[in-house]
Amino acid sequence: MTARPPAPPTVALGAEPRFVVQLETFSGPLDLLLHLLREEQIEIADIPIARICDQFLQAIHDLGLNQAADYLEMASRLVRLKVQLLLPRSVDDDGWEDPRAELVRRLLEYQQIREIAQWMGSAAERRAERLARGYLPPAPELPPPPLVLDVLALLQAVDRVIAGIPLPVLHRVVARPLDVEGAQRRIEALLESRAEFGWLDALGPDATIADLLSVLLALLELARRGALQLRQPAPFAPMVIVRESAHPVV
Amino acid sequence: MNPLTQLCEAALFAASRPLTVEELATLDPETTPADVRAALEELREHYDFGQHGVELVELAGGYQILSRPVHAAAIERAQFSVRANRLTPAALETLAVIAYRQPVGRAEIEEIRGVSAGGVLRSLQERGLIEVVGRSEGLGRPLLYGTSPLFLELLGLRDLADLPKAEELTIALQPHRPEAQGPDDAEAYVPAES
Repeated sequence: MTARPPAPPTVALGAEPRFVVQLETFSGPLDLLLHLLREEQIEIADIPIARICDQFLQAIHDLGLNQAADYLEMASRLVRLKVQLLLPRSVDDDGWEDPRAELVRRLLEYQQIREIAQWMGSAAERRAERLARGYLPPAPELPPPPLVLDVLALLQAVDRVIAGIPLPVLHRVVARPLDVEGAQRRIEALLESRAEFGWLDALGPDATIADLLSVLLALLELARRGALQLRQPAPFAPMVIVRESAHPVV
Repeated sequence: MNPLTQLCEAALFAASRPLTVEELATLDPETTPADVRAALEELREHYDFGQHGVELVELAGGYQILSRPVHAAAIERAQFSVRANRLTPAALETLAVIAYRQPVGRAEIEEIRGVSAGGVLRSLQERGLIEVVGRSEGLGRPLLYGTSPLFLELLGLRDLADLPKAEELTIALQPHRPEAQGPDDAEAYVPAES
């Protein structure tokens, strides 16, 4: 067990005291607690909870550890213990258990782990003084040299590789057959001559589905611009196109 | 040197990890493990009494030829080899818990150390010092960890029995009092067998 010097808060250059730096000093709340007990020369089994609790809270404040959940959890445990010990209890309460017992058990257990860790650390140091042979990557499995190459075999291998390549899947891009502008021009021409007409009139003879869609889009576009109105006299009746008088077609 | 001793030496030289007696016995079908042990003993004596720069070390259940500690500094200075990275206190504590409690889950490790252990466990696993050895039957079936052969190799242990016995550890929070207390004050702490 090495005596730890009273840990001065290590400060990163040009920065506020950072928790990350403190991690080097204490490996956890139990470590900090053990450190405080050692400083105060207190036996683990007889912890003056109130005093240690205050010191612990002060320490996590001073060391800037208050961002660490692990430390706060221990702090809240200590506060709870302190409260439990402050509460009055009847003298003849035989069932009373020292609420510190659990903490004492954990501290002793942790203390033991620390001792083992130290032993293991020095074992690893001793082992590190002995160097093994450098690591050699395992050799890849190759046919024994020299590699005998047969040109025909090589060409056959190339053929096999090429045969294995799947044909690329091509997507044929087809130009969009919709001609909205053409349909628009046709409708505008119709509007000039007639104030009202059925929408099928805007379709030329032998109209394809693409022509139909073109006309539909053109009608919607012109309606949006206010050049015409689309009216449907009855449900499912054919659409009637009416020239918008306020907006004469230019 | 006995031919089998020479063969073992060559194999140990060629291998990059400790070899067990059983593995060395496969070098020669005529050989028994007892022969190998005798050969290894001869090799050890050869290195020790012949004042060689290497020695035969028993670790991680096998044998390995390692350089003697006295040469480590010079070899490192010349950058022919580097020693293993030192373990952090957090890593050592976590390894200690796992070594003594294995198979052990993360929750128990965190309970004992009082800090979360996820990051340390991950880096120990990456270094190959611990491995997942199973799953607990408990809620969520958490992973259980154990130490690996590499852990023994890193610490130079033959097996886990080389670790200090729990009851041999002196457990007491001994303050540094000016009036020196007798060793009787040290409470022997033996944890309950789990």
